[in-house]
Amino acid sequence: MSILKAGTKAPDFRLSCTPDQTLSLSEFRGRNVILAFYPADWSPVCGDQLALYNEILPMFKQHNAELLGLSVDGVWCHLAYRKDRKLAFPLLSDFEPKGEAARLYGAYRYKEGVTERALFVIDGEGTIRWSYVSPLGVNPGAEGILDALEKLAEKEVR
Amino acid sequence: MISEVKLRVPVTDADHAQGPKDAPLVLLEYGDYQCPYCGQAYYIVKQLQQALQDELRFVFRNFPLSQIHPDAVSAARAAEAAALQRKFWGMHDTLYENQDNLDLESLLEYAAELDLDVSKFITDMGSRQVEQRVANDFQGGVRSGVNGTPTFFVNGFRYDGDWSYPSLLNTLQAVLAHMSTR
Repeated sequence: MSILKAGTKAPDFRLSCTPDQTLSLSEFRGRNVILAFYPADWSPVCGDQLALYNEILPMFKQHNAELLGLSVDGVWCHLAYRKDRKLAFPLLSDFEPKGEAARLYGAYRYKEGVTERALFVIDGEGTIRWSYVSPLGVNPGAEGILDALEKLAEKEVR
Repeated sequence: MISEVKLRVPVTDADHAQGPKDAPLVLLEYGDYQCPYCGQAYYIVKQLQQALQDELRFVFRNFPLSQIHPDAVSAARAAEAAALQRKFWGMHDTLYENQDNLDLESLLEYAAELDLDVSKFITDMGSRQVEQRVANDFQGGVRSGVNGTPTFFVNGFRYDGDWSYPSLLNTLQAVLAHMSTR
């Protein structure tokens, strides 16, 4: 299964971000959104990756971009993980039906039952402008996201 | 093991470096003084320098992950403030050898031990110049694909292998051998 490519309309979804709140992609219309699918809370590479994104949230904000992390972990797990790692961005639970949002994006690994380590940059009109899937054990860093956001900004200026 | 991810901020004279300028191998580390893995890597780099001698130039840039390491930014500023008194490497080594004590009081103690002008050190630590230096290192690192700490670059390309001593040494020696056959 391959992930959705640039130019595709980003499928909407509504997922829990805390035990009593949900978020949908369409709420972010008018702003850029970064979707960071990752295999699981607590696993070492994810930790580094999300810690890095947490650190550079101001760089994302400069590009009017909101970051959403997504995995199949449940809300209570996300809550504990966010607290432990002091993450300042939402983690969404793609938990029931399991991996439904990831499947829409072609970012679900059926064999392992986890999401891919996949990144999507979506513009304010809800179109995917950049996507990337990284090997599970490899931390993709942030330069691809920032390059994509910069390209978006160039187009807006023109 | 060496990726195609390219260092976007080239090494210049403004960098903190050890080893000859014309060394065939340049190992660059983006590191965080409070990161325990960087603490391990510190000793590995020392071994590599020992083994490769004048073949190796080692460059260090700041990549403090302040959200998980609350003392990392002030430690990075301490090293940069020491650099303004030509004691960057003294402070760098002291910080990695005392990773468990990076609070402000300890930083001032280290400055005194290194015979720094402590009041200048305090002023410099809080200066715009030093703040900007650390922030620039960090942003340049992000743009170069630094994805955690430590991240190493070998002759301008990100090293994605494990950074144990044997594996880094093998990689560096292989690069060296490749260069001499050309």
